[in-house]
Amino acid sequence: MRTSRVRIAMSLLALGVAACGPIEPWVKPYERENLADPIMAFDRNPVSTAYLDHVYEAREGARGAVGSAGGGCGCN
Amino acid sequence: MKHRTAGLAVRTLLTCLLALPALAASTNGPAPDFKLAARGGGEISLSQYRGQVVMINFWATWCGPCRQEMPLLESIYKKYGKMGFVLLGVNVEPDPSAAEEWLKQTPVSFPILYDTDSKVSKLYKVTGMPSSVFIDRQGRLRVLHRGYKPGDENEYLNQIRALIREK
Amino acid sequence: MALIAACGAPAYAGVLADDRADVLYHRYEGGGVTIDGPSILVRKKFGERFAATANYYVDMVSSASIDVELTASPYEEERTQRSLGFEFLNGKVTYSAGFINSEESDFKSNTAYFSISQDMFGDLTTISLTYKRGWDDVFRNVRQADGSLTRDPGFAESADRRGYSVGLTQVLTRSLIMAVQYEVLTDEGFLNSPYRSVRYIDPESASGYSFEPEVYPHTRTSNAASVRMKYFLPYRAALEGQYRFFTDTWGIDAHTAEVAYTHPVGERWIFDGKLRYYRQNAADFYRDLFPRRGFANFLARDKELATFTSYTVGVGASYEFRVSRLPWVQKSTVNLRYDYLLIDYDDFRDARLTDPANGVPAGSEPLYELDANVIQLFLSVWF
Repeated sequence: MRTSRVRIAMSLLALGVAACGPIEPWVKPYERENLADPIMAFDRNPVSTAYLDHVYEAREGARGAVGSAGGGCGCN
Repeated sequence: MKHRTAGLAVRTLLTCLLALPALAASTNGPAPDFKLAARGGGEISLSQYRGQVVMINFWATWCGPCRQEMPLLESIYKKYGKMGFVLLGVNVEPDPSAAEEWLKQTPVSFPILYDTDSKVSKLYKVTGMPSSVFIDRQGRLRVLHRGYKPGDENEYLNQIRALIREK
Repeated sequence: MALIAACGAPAYAGVLADDRADVLYHRYEGGGVTIDGPSILVRKKFGERFAATANYYVDMVSSASIDVELTASPYEEERTQRSLGFEFLNGKVTYSAGFINSEESDFKSNTAYFSISQDMFGDLTTISLTYKRGWDDVFRNVRQADGSLTRDPGFAESADRRGYSVGLTQVLTRSLIMAVQYEVLTDEGFLNSPYRSVRYIDPESASGYSFEPEVYPHTRTSNAASVRMKYFLPYRAALEGQYRFFTDTWGIDAHTAEVAYTHPVGERWIFDGKLRYYRQNAADFYRDLFPRRGFANFLARDKELATFTSYTVGVGASYEFRVSRLPWVQKSTVNLRYDYLLIDYDDFRDARLTDPANGVPAGSEPLYELDANVIQLFLSVWF
């Protein structure tokens, strides 16, 4: 019972992705010069970001949802 | 029974979606002609090299693997440049000054062309940086190589040698 | 998870970040507390598909904070944190795993994490999933007659932590990138401090109040969702904005908003400016002054769980230089950052100022305000 629901969910997800299929990536690999610029990195200095995140987490009640991956040159 | 068909359908769908073209794709149509401004002045067109084996390398200064690849392309060009082979480095940046600056530090002897409005990148459907295209003596587009990782230069040498040997 | 694994037959590949080493000196001064120390980070690739990162971090604490002054005596403490992480790149998928260990005389914490990240859709989209698991050991130090601190052998507690997060980074235009993230964290066990107390109205006390130990729930589940965007300005600068919403089972809701601007000047200088706004409301079981002893099942007076607004203004400068004598150094920068932090408490009072005889009874003390200077000086080398 659980397995068939998982498979149905996966099929729907695959169909969803297929529906998006005909959309071409709208930023071409040769158009990424701005995104590849080091100043556009979300986390240019990981030691510094990690330290400041710690300063806030130690003094505030909130935690989580900081830090992200991706972007950059999109090479290879 | 129903579960197995559903599973098969999902797997086929996923394979179709994810059957991306191979790292080095083979084609056989004519390589589209173009004319671009060249480094050092003047213009270069692809058709002027008909009769030679041509490798076009699409690169940019902001792309790490592209920069890594350049000195290796230089040594390939030095070795085969006199055997009816030419390497064209097409820089895809809208502003050539970044490439000029970088080439001062890392000079190459093969022609550098500036595709500032991306028309050749679009023409060759460049889907990754860097990309290398191999064209035979008859002007046919033979191999499309996407990306660069250390060791790919051996693949380049194999392609070039094979195309040079062809009549 | 299965969908991502199915995509794992790689036709294309991504790239791992460059090798680098960073040495940082950090210093926090504010609210009677000074914490400084080093943080050293080294990251190295092995081949094109494998990378390792190691970090060594120390907090040297000299504390005479408001909490300490009220119920204890100033202390010095040192916390050392070591972490090690690995990344494995297979086509467009990056697998990461790592371990973080933190130790101080009365607290030990270990965290393990595992993460999968995939680039897709022409490298415009990156999806990542992370699972982390933590184990904390809580001890208690007791001050001896001779002034030294020794561990109380009768006190040893623990806490377990679990976290799940999902993130999506999306390239929107040639100049605009967006990242959204959602994280669930669950803690279970001994979640409070063995030293902290709450205060309650006590007419028999000279100050009008007395202390009793804080009591926290044994579980805490929190949800946080954030969105951040970064825009490339045509004259070459970057503008970033982010917002995070937080809510947990202790009744705390928090909003974080931040704006940052990065401006390069010439070929060597990069300047940063940042403004951060944070607002939270108190935990359900938090009060500055309880009406009587044993008022509720859970009692807290930790200002971290109070209602407050926090403001930060930060500036930074980075200078890039070449080291001609060391050709294997590709790039190096020296950086200085200064942040000014101001926290305005709405329901945490400065209980050091209680003076019933002079018109300041318990519960009418002025609200506490904390300000701090945070300085970072660091050297980064790419090789």
